[in-house]
Amino acid sequence: MSATVTTPTETAAPSRAPRTALQRIFGKQPHGLLFILPYAAFLALIFAYPLFQAVWISLHDFFFTAPGVDVPKPFVGFDNYSAVLSDPAVRRSFLNVGIFLVINVPLTVLVSLVLASALNSAMRGRTFFRVAFFVPYVAASVAVVSVWLFLFSGGGLVNSILGPLAPDPSWLVNSAFAMPVTALYVTWKQLGFFVLLYLAALQAVPKERYESAAVDGAGAIRSWWSVTVPGVRSATFLVILLATITGANLFTEPYLLTGGGGPNGASISPVLLMYQKGIEQGQPDVASAIGVLLIIGVILMSIVIRRVTGDD
Amino acid sequence: MKRKAITISTTLTALLALAACGGDDGGESASGSSEAGAARGPIEIWYSNNKAEIEWGKAMVESWNAEHPDEMVTASEIPASASSEEVIGAAITAGNTPCLIFNTSPAAIPQFQKAGGLVALDSFEDGGSYIAERTGDVAEQYKSDDGKFYQMPWKSNPVMIFYNKDLFTAAGLDPEAPSLSTYDEFLETSRTLVESGTATAAIWPSPEAQFFQPWFDFYPLFAAETGGTQLVEDGEPQFNSDEGLAVADFWATMYEEGLSPQEPYEGDAFGDAQSAMSIVGPWAIAAYDDTLNWGAVPVPTSGGTSPEDTWTFSDAKNTAMYSSCENQGTAWDVLKHATSEESDLSLLELTGQMPLRTDLTATYGDYFTENPAYESFADQAARTVEVPNVPNSVQIWQEFREGWSSSVIFGEEDPAAAFETVAESAASLAAES
Repeated sequence: MSATVTTPTETAAPSRAPRTALQRIFGKQPHGLLFILPYAAFLALIFAYPLFQAVWISLHDFFFTAPGVDVPKPFVGFDNYSAVLSDPAVRRSFLNVGIFLVINVPLTVLVSLVLASALNSAMRGRTFFRVAFFVPYVAASVAVVSVWLFLFSGGGLVNSILGPLAPDPSWLVNSAFAMPVTALYVTWKQLGFFVLLYLAALQAVPKERYESAAVDGAGAIRSWWSVTVPGVRSATFLVILLATITGANLFTEPYLLTGGGGPNGASISPVLLMYQKGIEQGQPDVASAIGVLLIIGVILMSIVIRRVTGDD
Repeated sequence: MKRKAITISTTLTALLALAACGGDDGGESASGSSEAGAARGPIEIWYSNNKAEIEWGKAMVESWNAEHPDEMVTASEIPASASSEEVIGAAITAGNTPCLIFNTSPAAIPQFQKAGGLVALDSFEDGGSYIAERTGDVAEQYKSDDGKFYQMPWKSNPVMIFYNKDLFTAAGLDPEAPSLSTYDEFLETSRTLVESGTATAAIWPSPEAQFFQPWFDFYPLFAAETGGTQLVEDGEPQFNSDEGLAVADFWATMYEEGLSPQEPYEGDAFGDAQSAMSIVGPWAIAAYDDTLNWGAVPVPTSGGTSPEDTWTFSDAKNTAMYSSCENQGTAWDVLKHATSEESDLSLLELTGQMPLRTDLTATYGDYFTENPAYESFADQAARTVEVPNVPNSVQIWQEFREGWSSSVIFGEEDPAAAFETVAESAASLAAES
């Protein structure tokens, strides 16, 4: 018996053809780049360009001018940022968004997961409920906000039910309640979309896990907690991330629900403030500084969310 | 592959960023160039999108076009948006404004002027004299800080107190001679209206936070209390005065006693008879004539002022010429045509709004004889105060509103302290160039 020893060199892969200059620049499959080019261009034009423009504007004494008007737009470093950070209205707006997110995000995750779990089970009227939860999401805010105004105004349904327990001033003009009510409204309005995300994720949880849990003696709640919740962890990351981004970009709801950020700034959001400063007051440099700070905040929150949820 | 894709994307992005950063506009302002000022030819104009003004605009354009086939005017409504000012601001930046816009808010003029979007009307030979002759001393309020007219004072809606006579009668008040002249009288009448259950609110100005809301609660009463003082004069805020604080105290009492609600009304509180009074301009006559039995009185003052001495807020909308206009010679002539005695009569007849011209009641005596309801507004038009034409006008009003909201509407701080803080900021903003 003889053994044949082969050296690595003898079994080496067939020798590669020398790479052309084109391949050295654009890689082995250069035509693949053509496929991603449209989206790369879209990203660059629609997202990157305005973002860089916003950063540039925030570092200059900038205001919009008519074409051909030659005015100096000097570099001012971080002056706009220090102006923004020393403005109580801006600080208040970021605090408001913080309050909003603390209420909205956990509530969104919890309620949408519970509802999705219920809708995922074999229950009667499942299609009706799926549609019912989704309708507020597709309805225009302008239309549905009047329902909430009817519910939470001074003489509204909620106060009629509460009677003497109704807050004074009423919900939407009460500094303590304006933002929480706004957060509740947005939670309700967005719920349908997040329920759909969870429904899709629930389809992917293997049935065997529930069977194993049942064999181990887990009840419905224990099974939900130990199988469903970890099984939809990726969806939870997505829901938290999207709810955070949506919340940070809050504009329409305080604009419509609390009359432009009232009472007394208690529901003003950074984006609403950007609108006031940038569009109404002609200070796009200050508005851009608020926007850049908001983007940094959202990115930092996204990193934290990713770490906390442990999603890959 | 992935790395290459990222490299290309990054390169594209960087190129775009460089393009973005190189946003330096070159060239000279088109504003008021002598060539454009003399040029003639077709022009475009925008007018307001309310039914009555559309009718007026069409008639005005038709009469011009009939006589000027070589200088045709193409007219359209201001594109819809949250406000006309937003649309105009965007159009200035894009360089696609029409030659004339017949709905320019005086509060937005400093911003449009700073953007280089407006033509100084004084640059036309008869510009200054035409405005002075048509509008008289009131025109001075519309001059910019460089002493030029970037707007043609066009029409005002002098605001007064409209009241519902039927609700006054139901509350046991005299509907023909309501007691509304002094703050004390106004408060007592308001208490009677609300306590009797006749109306939810005595008067329901919007408590919302937008910058323009003070024009319909604080400013008319401030104009009346001071005998025609603007919010800011010669760069100095005027509202942190005894008169300003008297107005603040009056409204604070209205809110504190629930005579004016802290919540906005969804709809028209006066039209729905939820509120017994409203602060409105002459447009309200046509709006409520068929539905309400109304009366009108001047805004109150602390000590009471006779109607012929009472001032108010003008709520004017003006006309401006925009620097992207190529045929400015034609535009100027169209502007004069649109503000002629004949066009102003047409405006009055179709919209009920008051042309900003001297001797209104004498010039259109026949009209006011036939339409006596408008006469008190016409008389009031001679004593109106405009928003100050100062830098950062909108920001000043926004900050004022926030101070007003916290102190007067919600009573969270003392009005004197709030006004002092806002005044310091307003002085600094008005001083900026």
